[in-house]
Amino acid sequence: MSAVVFAHHQLTPTERLRDAGWIAFVALILGIPLIGLTTVDVGGRLAVDTRFGLLAMAVVAAFGGRLVLRWAVDHLKGRKLARQRAAAGNAGGRAQQVVNVLGWLALGASVALPIVFSDNRYVVDTATTVLIYVMLGWGLNVVVGLAGLLDLGYVAFYAVGAYSYALLSTQYGWSFWEALPVSGALAAGFGILLGYPILRLRGDYLAIVTLGFGEIIRVILVNWTEFSGGPNGISSIPRPSFFGLEFTRRPAEGSDSFASFFGLEFSAMHRLIFLYYLILVLALLTHVFVSRLRKLPVGRAWEALREDEIACKAMGMNTTNIKLSAFAIGAMLGGFAGVFFAARQGFISPESFTFTESAIILAIVVLGGMGSQMGVVLAATLLVLIPEFGRNFAEYRMLLFGMAMVLIMVWRPGGLLAHREPTLRLSADGKAARGGA
Amino acid sequence: MSTLLSVRNLSMRFGGLTAIDDLSLEVPAGKITGIIGPNGAGKTTLFNCLTGFYKPTTGTLRLAHPQRGEMHLEKLPSHRVARDAQVVRTFQNIRLFPKMTVLENLIVAQHNVLQRASRFSLAGLFSLPGYRRAERAAVTRAATWLERLQLTRFADHAAGDLPYGTQRRIEIARALCVDPVLLCLDEPAAGLNPRESAELNELLLYLCREQGVAILLIEHDMSVVMNVSDHICVINYGRKIAEGTPEAVKNDPHVIKAYLGEDEEEEAMEAFTEARAS
Ligand SMILES: Nc1ncnc2c1ncn2[C@@H]1O[C@H](COP(=O)(O)OP(=O)(O)OP(=O)(O)O)[C@@H](O)[C@H]1O
Ligand SMILES: [Mg+2]
Repeated sequence: MSAVVFAHHQLTPTERLRDAGWIAFVALILGIPLIGLTTVDVGGRLAVDTRFGLLAMAVVAAFGGRLVLRWAVDHLKGRKLARQRAAAGNAGGRAQQVVNVLGWLALGASVALPIVFSDNRYVVDTATTVLIYVMLGWGLNVVVGLAGLLDLGYVAFYAVGAYSYALLSTQYGWSFWEALPVSGALAAGFGILLGYPILRLRGDYLAIVTLGFGEIIRVILVNWTEFSGGPNGISSIPRPSFFGLEFTRRPAEGSDSFASFFGLEFSAMHRLIFLYYLILVLALLTHVFVSRLRKLPVGRAWEALREDEIACKAMGMNTTNIKLSAFAIGAMLGGFAGVFFAARQGFISPESFTFTESAIILAIVVLGGMGSQMGVVLAATLLVLIPEFGRNFAEYRMLLFGMAMVLIMVWRPGGLLAHREPTLRLSADGKAARGGA
Repeated sequence: MSTLLSVRNLSMRFGGLTAIDDLSLEVPAGKITGIIGPNGAGKTTLFNCLTGFYKPTTGTLRLAHPQRGEMHLEKLPSHRVARDAQVVRTFQNIRLFPKMTVLENLIVAQHNVLQRASRFSLAGLFSLPGYRRAERAAVTRAATWLERLQLTRFADHAAGDLPYGTQRRIEIARALCVDPVLLCLDEPAAGLNPRESAELNELLLYLCREQGVAILLIEHDMSVVMNVSDHICVINYGRKIAEGTPEAVKNDPHVIKAYLGEDEEEEAMEAFTEARAS
């Protein structure tokens, strides 16, 4: 019994031309009364004028448009079939190899970036932003990409992490490293808090409630002034130190700063580069953590939940726990990113945690190809860089952003990297072999 | 012959509609019990009640679990019916995890064992020997069933991309990985070709005779149900209208009448003469 046979009729160029010719002919017939002839007012009388030039243009446009449209549709169909064929023939291995190579290249590039651009503040800053979104994307990927739970309020956990660190450090003098795990745990707690009431919801309803949750957190932050500083936010948040060495020009009495300890001349870039490597390490840890989880029973349970919740129950899986674990882990990772964000900015306010932020993170996951770790990196890079490049276009910036999203979704409806690598394979001798990253 | 499951006075009402009406039946251990009846008779609803997806309006479902003693299925949520009572089902309209591979489907079915071995992911994260051993055991178990159901060559294919008949077998293999005491199959032969149904017959007999799994089998394909069932229960409008050996049921006037219906006489008659001939 062979795999399904995919028949796909490829049109010949002559057929394409004939097809477009027909459309042009129809355009001509319709166009003569609609475009070719028009009435004009000649000295108070109505006369008929001809616009054959315009008509010719319309016909040519119809001809060309049809050719391009047909080609695009066939092309997309062909790609889809090719993908199905690849899946049926199990040729996914090559796609995975490409992704792996891409991954190592990206890692090399990201390690080298601050060395190459060591005096370019703008590049390092933007790259740091990209990495924050990569980390957020990887966190949300657990909830949306793996567990299939549509979460539109992810920014809430980012906010919980950021405010936890801001408050713990400014009020109680906690350091970055002390606050990091506690804030992550707090965010995870909020994840469970949100997860509990919405266990029964799916799809649209889930999306609406999570959206509401994100807004509630923001509204509380705006209005509970004594606690969160209200719309003014919290400022003078301490920056992380390098094993106790501060990044300051003049260190406090009796202590070293980073620059003086290493005998370097003070430069504001040191801190930026340190922050960059810090988020790089946090993001990589997130990646390793999520990739490992994906190959463990919890990870497979998340994916199974996304595929069919009823079948999960019929297999004896407690879907409540599976959902809560996805929410908790996703929230925790968002919380970590929030801590970093607060420490990097030194100032936070509710304005940084609006719905737009949730939407961008979700777009990163969807655009990347739900569940694909490498896809998130590509999408995060694109979504941060497109608006940056778009700065020249001022008010058209968001338009450009939207157009890019539409184009990507048309070109790759499954996301940039839709390939899914199995978590384990059956090797020839019947033993399990683990899949790639 | 001991009774594994006894259904007592089971009723299931949806608003004004009574899908199951005071149904009682016994499922013996280590045997194949067939459930037949016309469309809409309430067969799938019976499975849904049995496996915790519906809460019965009235009635009891008592399982005499060989290790854990007496259990009341009507009081358990669906995941505990599969996990604790080991009553596992398949679905009339196949429910696999389509994007996951066949092997992954079978590994997910062993989630509870593996999750315990991974110590809630901690042992798993650090890949401790205990967890690795459990994972190997799970794969071996999956590989054994794949081999038995001739699915080995599909192991690394996405389950959703495979032909219908193959998906049916995968669903059975997956249910077997949960280690069932009672296996409930909802129309496993639907969409299979004659050769595949013959293989199914052989598999069902193997499971019950060699593995000691009791099977509850809903099936319209008479060539399957009449050949493998030890005992058949006929349902119509949610009530039991006949039961007994395949021979007895085939000749029961109530059954013939139920299948004859009002205007489908000929069709039903044909189905029955065919069944008798086989
Ligand atoms: N969730 C539900 N809500 C309302 N009515 C239902 C529900 N589930 C089943 N029913 C009704 O109960 C009756 C029995 O349905 P059931 O699916 O059990 O039939 P069946 O014997 O499995 O039929 P088939 O052979 O077609 O699979 C039908 O009339 C059906 O419409
Ligand atoms: Mg049914």
